[in-house]
Amino acid sequence: MLLQVLLTGVLIGSVYSLVAVGLTLVWGLMDIINFAHGEFLMISMYTTFWLYALLKFDPLASLPIAVGVVALVGVLTYKLVVKRVANAPGLMALLATFGLSLFIRNLAQFLWSPNYRFVSESLLTDKRFIIGDLIIGLPQLVAAVGSFAMTLIIALLIKKTKTGRAIQATAQSKDIAELMGVNTERIYAITFAISGACVGVAGALLANTFPVYPECGAMYGLLAFVIVALGGFGNIWGAFYAGILIGLAETLGGFYLGTQFKYAIAFLIYLLVLQFRPKGLFGW
Amino acid sequence: MLKVNKLTAGYDNVPVVFDVSLEVREGELVSVVGSNGAGKTTILRAISGLLKPISGSIEFMGKRIDKLPAHEIVKLGIAHVPEGRHIFGKMSVRDNLLMGAYAIEDDAEVNRLLDRVYEIFPVLKEREKQKGETMSGGEQQMLAIARALMAKPKLLLVDEMSLGLMPLMVDKALDVLKHVNKTGVAVLMVEQKVQEALEIADRGYILQTGKIVAQGTGQELLGSELVKQAYMGM
Ligand SMILES: Nc1ncnc2c1ncn2[C@@H]1O[C@H](COP(=O)(O)OP(=O)(O)O)[C@@H](O)[C@H]1O
Ligand SMILES: [Mg+2]
Repeated sequence: MLLQVLLTGVLIGSVYSLVAVGLTLVWGLMDIINFAHGEFLMISMYTTFWLYALLKFDPLASLPIAVGVVALVGVLTYKLVVKRVANAPGLMALLATFGLSLFIRNLAQFLWSPNYRFVSESLLTDKRFIIGDLIIGLPQLVAAVGSFAMTLIIALLIKKTKTGRAIQATAQSKDIAELMGVNTERIYAITFAISGACVGVAGALLANTFPVYPECGAMYGLLAFVIVALGGFGNIWGAFYAGILIGLAETLGGFYLGTQFKYAIAFLIYLLVLQFRPKGLFGW
Repeated sequence: MLKVNKLTAGYDNVPVVFDVSLEVREGELVSVVGSNGAGKTTILRAISGLLKPISGSIEFMGKRIDKLPAHEIVKLGIAHVPEGRHIFGKMSVRDNLLMGAYAIEDDAEVNRLLDRVYEIFPVLKEREKQKGETMSGGEQQMLAIARALMAKPKLLLVDEMSLGLMPLMVDKALDVLKHVNKTGVAVLMVEQKVQEALEIADRGYILQTGKIVAQGTGQELLGSELVKQAYMGM
């Protein structure tokens, strides 16, 4: 039974990680927390749902479209909102993205009502492996593996490609990156696109199992923030490990203490770690 | 090749350099010397596009560049070694050098440039996998110069290369600059170390509180009363 709980935790944790990777990238680059990140996830889930409901697209087929949609939302968020407030003092950027998150949520409510919607039948629905007394749902497995693959792709992209190097360089010093010939404005927009692509993947995969409604991204956004802080702001692999940790904390807490406590454990870990290691578990 | 014309520049519209005119010709090594706070860094930042001038113009190879963003200016052939080195500390030495060649599209060309700077700075080749921040001050300065050379510049701007270096390293760094200059790259360096900077310069300018107060060949300036009195305590 414990094994089942652990497995469930790792699988959902992998998705949390990917959502957090998107958030930590933007933080690492611009020191800005995008409070609309959870709403980006919601947009991806709605994109997947509507492609399913209207055009009978399987969520896996919608995934690239959801990625494109949310990447575009990311770029627009940068150009229309963040860019204007990036150099403003204090909490401006934070308040602006917070406002954006409320706006997107209310817009979704207005356009599509607060109703819960489900992708009721997909390629993966109700498929599962049974190994001994371990049950592995295929949708959860695909979501976890897909999320991990995306995390890996992002990490390699940042580490090994020319654009990735330019992102690292811009994160360390915008001015010096400019001196190298990097159009840093473009790098900011690209990073928001990549950040959006992360939640695009996560949202399409989650739509297989979770209901879609205007608030559906909110908890993910909050958890992603906790994970980013635990993993060390801007640290991709830190976010990955912290995401798994939070996934485990949630399922273990839910199992041993009751489901009403599952998120409480995650936030408790966050508060404790913040006391003793303010730069996160993996920062210095 | 570089003409700075009546440049006035500063921060938040408060000028700190006033009507500065200076020139670097093909193949020259030119020094701008002046004490701390005179405005040397401000001039270089205006040339490389990090700072928009309040008034005046800057021309490079016959083209106005003072309205261009920094990332366009480097493509025209001006590389800037900033004050305080500012290498990318979290990136490997090799990645730092690759960043220097960011504007160059041809990979084969980038590899040729990499081989060339490794030839000039063998220590960078040895350390290519090491993170920039783990290198000594002198090595970081070499890396900053090497990174600028990766851009294949026609003009190299060098800001207080000697700052915080041991005397031995200062000499070494100056030798490197002279060598680079001999390969046909024009150099505009700014320095507080008046003597060293004027000794290796073809021509020089003296900057005091944001204004050019004297100019001439390196030797003329070294022999001038102004330099003797103001900077060498004679
Ligand atoms: N970022 C800045 N904001 C406001 N003032 C500055 C800034 N940088 C430099 N200054 C001021 O401009 C003047 C010239 O500085 P700088 O160009 O750095 O001189 P130098 O390089 O010769 O030491 C100084 O008075 C300095 O205080
Ligand atoms: Mg200076």
